[in-house]
Amino acid sequence: MSIIVDQGTRVIVQGITGREGRFHTASMLQYGTNIVAGVTPGKGGEEVEGVPVYDTAAEAVTRHQANTSIMFVPARFARSAILEAVDAGLSTIVAITEGVAHKDAIEGMARAKQRGDTIVIGPNCPGVISPSKKTKVGIMPNHIFKAGRVGIVSRSGSLTYEIAWHTTRAELGQSTCVGIGGDAIIGLDFVGALKMFRDDDETEGVVLIGEIGGNAEETAAAYIAETGYPKPVVAYIAGRMAPPGKRMGHAGAIIMGEMGTARSKIDAFAAASVPVADRPSQIVGLLRV
Amino acid sequence: MKLLEFEAKTILKEYGIPVPRGRDAGTPDEVELAAREIGGPVVLKAQIPVSGRGKAGGILFADDPAGARKMASGLLGSTIKESLVNTLLVEEALKVDKEYYLSVTIDRVAKSYVVLASIEGGVDIEQVALASPEKVSRYWTDPLSGLDKKQAREILARFDLSDDTAVELASMLTILFSAVMDKDAELVELNPLVRTTAGTFVAVDARMIIDDNALFRHEEFADRSLSREDETPLELEARKQNLAYVDLPGSTGVIGNGAGLVMATVDLVHHFGGSPANFLDIGGGGSVDINRRGLLLVLSKPEVKGVVVNIFGGITRCDFVAQAVIEAIEESGTGKPIAVSMMGTNEAEGKRMLDEAGVMNFPNMEEAVQGLLRVQGGH
Repeated sequence: MSIIVDQGTRVIVQGITGREGRFHTASMLQYGTNIVAGVTPGKGGEEVEGVPVYDTAAEAVTRHQANTSIMFVPARFARSAILEAVDAGLSTIVAITEGVAHKDAIEGMARAKQRGDTIVIGPNCPGVISPSKKTKVGIMPNHIFKAGRVGIVSRSGSLTYEIAWHTTRAELGQSTCVGIGGDAIIGLDFVGALKMFRDDDETEGVVLIGEIGGNAEETAAAYIAETGYPKPVVAYIAGRMAPPGKRMGHAGAIIMGEMGTARSKIDAFAAASVPVADRPSQIVGLLRV
Repeated sequence: MKLLEFEAKTILKEYGIPVPRGRDAGTPDEVELAAREIGGPVVLKAQIPVSGRGKAGGILFADDPAGARKMASGLLGSTIKESLVNTLLVEEALKVDKEYYLSVTIDRVAKSYVVLASIEGGVDIEQVALASPEKVSRYWTDPLSGLDKKQAREILARFDLSDDTAVELASMLTILFSAVMDKDAELVELNPLVRTTAGTFVAVDARMIIDDNALFRHEEFADRSLSREDETPLELEARKQNLAYVDLPGSTGVIGNGAGLVMATVDLVHHFGGSPANFLDIGGGGSVDINRRGLLLVLSKPEVKGVVVNIFGGITRCDFVAQAVIEAIEESGTGKPIAVSMMGTNEAEGKRMLDEAGVMNFPNMEEAVQGLLRVQGGH
């Protein structure tokens, strides 16, 4: 098994004709991802990397039985792209786009929830990769991943790579890595991913990579404690030295008053008996798998 | 983007929220004139984007225009909670009978907007919520339908309010919600909203934060978004160049790609006994030029005694970063040590370029940080 993506994943790329869309379509194809179509309004009939392009998500889905979308559309069009993907009936939507307005993200998540069976990953995320299934619906560098036993769920893109690389070098490998995104309003959250990893027989332990801002880590810690989570979890929190009130690079990473400090998150994990690494390099050593 | 109080009040007034009579003023002359127009006692409020200014001396009361002028001379140009005061809001001083609290903000967990009302205004709402939870009412809106008057009345139903007061507050809640939607606000807060001894409701203080990511559809803030009072000069310069930069108080510059990785590097510098001077996220897929400008910006800070550059390239190409580092060292003529860790796309080429140029580079971020701290000195 794996979570979210596998060989049955049939992907459409929204915004495939843009610079990012083209580049990552090639990279995903190279990795083995089954990309069946692309979508760019007004560019229907073109091809990118041998992939046919359609004007609408609905058409791409109908013609190619797609079930998953990855989007590279500019932030100002993210709202309509998410709603289009939800309405087209896709079961997984990966929104790579950075800088999506809160109001747009809120509406997108609500529409996906209303539909009931749609998982949104992101926005502002690196996507999801399952090395043993040769499937990547995301933007991560292919060569640092290796099929294996560790599930990784992370709010941070490049830090995911750093930590995945440690598990690769330690010969543990990864079952699935999912970057849930750094924004304040995201779809799939830590708890949602932890539930999936719990039921995934390929995953023997989970690395949770958090950062300052919000209280998603505290919620995850409470979930682990309350449910007696059956697999070992190790956490890492970035931003111990971040000053309050400053956005550290993106909208989600900001300490507001007492809310969202690294201390609060580290304490929550300690209370849930989840080891917290001081440095990324310590994670592998703390993971009992 | 945090609006200043007078900017928030200007917007809310347009929506029909009553605010005290008054206006903003930038000189003692303007303050005196404003006080004369208002007549009677006035309050002078420093327009700075931080809370707690009252206790820090940023809110003063004057009985007459001459007194207002004198106080303004002391307040204008002073620094309150690290913010320079260059604008005052001059308002009529009101006789307050009762204070309330109303706000609408984003709830990350609920993925929607949450409305808060309290019959105890004028103080920190979190403290009220902890000490007397019965005095605070919360309501999570349906993200697809919003907030109507009936729901607003339900929010207030737990308080023992007169009908007139309930109607008035419910009306203001729906107005606040509309303003949040229209202006793409992350927060709108009236604290306190007061009932005066004359029985009218007036928002004595107001806060409003606009979602930076939504500024593309709000031309009305185009000028405003150029200046942010809570930014340092380097942060402002970085924002003009589209660089995500935060000043920190130490002496080691930190550059990397991706907010999480840069924060982790900042933490590592501290862990190994250094003191981070900044946080600079060059983002993903940056050109040689943006990386070069980023390093030059960090090197321009006098306190910086050395810089660690930590790249894990996915979209970002290590050879581009190496080129940028080499160019920035040449251009700045800096003698400050620079230590690089680079992994990922085109790593071998990047490292070869750094080696040829004699730039310190290390196999991972920990060794880069330790290596830099060894040679940097004085941290």
